[in-house]
Amino acid sequence: MSSAPLLETRGLTVRFGAVVAVNKVSVRIDRGDVVGLIGTNGAGKTTFLNMVTGYLRPTGGEILLEGRSTLGRSPRELVAHGMARSFQVPQLFPAMTVREHLLFALALADGSAGALLKPLHSAQRQARADEVLGRFGLQAIGERPVNLVPQGQRKLIDIAMALSLKPRLLLLDEPTSGVSSAEKMPLMEVVFDVIRASGVTVLFVEHDMDVVRRYVTRILAFRDGSMIADGAPGDVMRDAQVASAVLRGRAPAALAKAGAA
Amino acid sequence: MNSLRRTDASLLGLLAVLCAAAFIAPSWLMSLLAVALAKGLVALGLLLLLRAGLVPFGHALYYCLGGYVAGLGTPWLGIRDTLLLLALASLLSGAVAFAAGFLMRRYRGIFFAMLSMALSMILYGVLLKSQSLGSSDGFTVARASFFAMQTAGVGAIRSVYLLTAVVTLLAAWGVSRYLTTAMGHVGPAIRENEVRVEYLGCSPSRVIHREYTASGALAGGAGALVAILVGQVDPGMGFWMTSGEFVFIAILAGAGGIWGSLAAAFVLEGIHALAFEYAPQYWKFVLGATLLLLIVRFPSGLSSMLANRAGARS
Repeated sequence: MSSAPLLETRGLTVRFGAVVAVNKVSVRIDRGDVVGLIGTNGAGKTTFLNMVTGYLRPTGGEILLEGRSTLGRSPRELVAHGMARSFQVPQLFPAMTVREHLLFALALADGSAGALLKPLHSAQRQARADEVLGRFGLQAIGERPVNLVPQGQRKLIDIAMALSLKPRLLLLDEPTSGVSSAEKMPLMEVVFDVIRASGVTVLFVEHDMDVVRRYVTRILAFRDGSMIADGAPGDVMRDAQVASAVLRGRAPAALAKAGAA
Repeated sequence: MNSLRRTDASLLGLLAVLCAAAFIAPSWLMSLLAVALAKGLVALGLLLLLRAGLVPFGHALYYCLGGYVAGLGTPWLGIRDTLLLLALASLLSGAVAFAAGFLMRRYRGIFFAMLSMALSMILYGVLLKSQSLGSSDGFTVARASFFAMQTAGVGAIRSVYLLTAVVTLLAAWGVSRYLTTAMGHVGPAIRENEVRVEYLGCSPSRVIHREYTASGALAGGAGALVAILVGQVDPGMGFWMTSGEFVFIAILAGAGGIWGSLAAAFVLEGIHALAFEYAPQYWKFVLGATLLLLIVRFPSGLSSMLANRAGARS
């Protein structure tokens, strides 16, 4: 195995005219890390994710996946190198059922011409789709067209498709946005059960600090396109800059209690 | 019976009916059916692109190219066998579509449609100015043989008709199989969410390129069959109105499956022939009005109507 970090960015920058959306961000993510990316709206979190996943071309800096530059690589090539992502707004196929989403993702994950020329609904693939539906608790809605599925489950389908690719690095863009408060933790429990079982490295953007505190091993905090903190969750959340610029009184419940005590 | 087996059985049944018609139907009807089947062959190729949300307004390019290759195969290469001419026309049209595909795969929507039309008009313009290829009059296609047997009169029409039926239904079988594969589902996925397809590790451009090449080869084969049947080719085969007719068939068919493509080709040719026969002064008006009514009645194409009927029966 390479000694290089799984993902590294060096001075990553992107400008949109006069606006510097991400400014010289250098990050190192090692195998097994679960990293939370926090920041206010417009801090550059999704832009950073879009650059790392090949959707947006940086205007400066470097992105290295296992030591190799990914600049200029298409999302498809990055998927082939073990990267997968989910989206803030789930990117689904409105005419497909939930099951068909997973069948489709599993077929494309196979990648070989032979696999792609097999019927989408082959018995072998159906069995694998059943397994994934089971792991994500989606069995009951397997045959439902995806546009009739509530937002929380749409998020799960989006993430399940990404995980079906068996990535080494998974990037989640606000997995709980648009999901009711009551659904957030159960949704994240399902997702992180699968993530723990697969051992995949995770970088996820999130606004809910309780979710971040509960699942991450490390936090990166962004403000105005720059990284202002990088470290263990407790340290970052106690950081004065993070507290004033990012948390603004939204410290996770556990941390607030500890502070009060 | 699952849907694939039902499709196979229906295709075999249709082939049997078409073969039986070869020994009952008059030559004009066989010619009409052969042209309808050939246009159905083009529509099957367009179906692949339509499912990906692409409307090519220039497939007359490959139809015309196939016709000219079939016409020139005998005088230039000494090939007289219909099957060889058909194979050559399909291969060359497919090769040209493959080359053009490197450009076409980068465009979507109206840009794809207009660029494909521009390519077909280049061929049209070249043929129109080629004195050696008969310019606007085109040229007569030498009578081809079947397995070294020379046919003439009704026998020649019957042979080409039967070959067109077999080739079109074989292509329909192949396309129906392809549409059930994972690869066959990429087209509709591209239409719905190309970004997601890319993030599932699949290249939409490559899939579009493959499907564009296949559709070009099918259109080329159709052009060759019509050229051999009619015994004449001219640049009109590559004119934008011919492409428009194919697009019309494809839209009337819808993107639901092979049956819509075949049905739409038969409907268009049938209405065309009847309108021309019974209202020679107003046939374009009758054709336009009838097709307008059909599209208003079946906005998702004939394939949706056929699918609904099949669904209601099962």
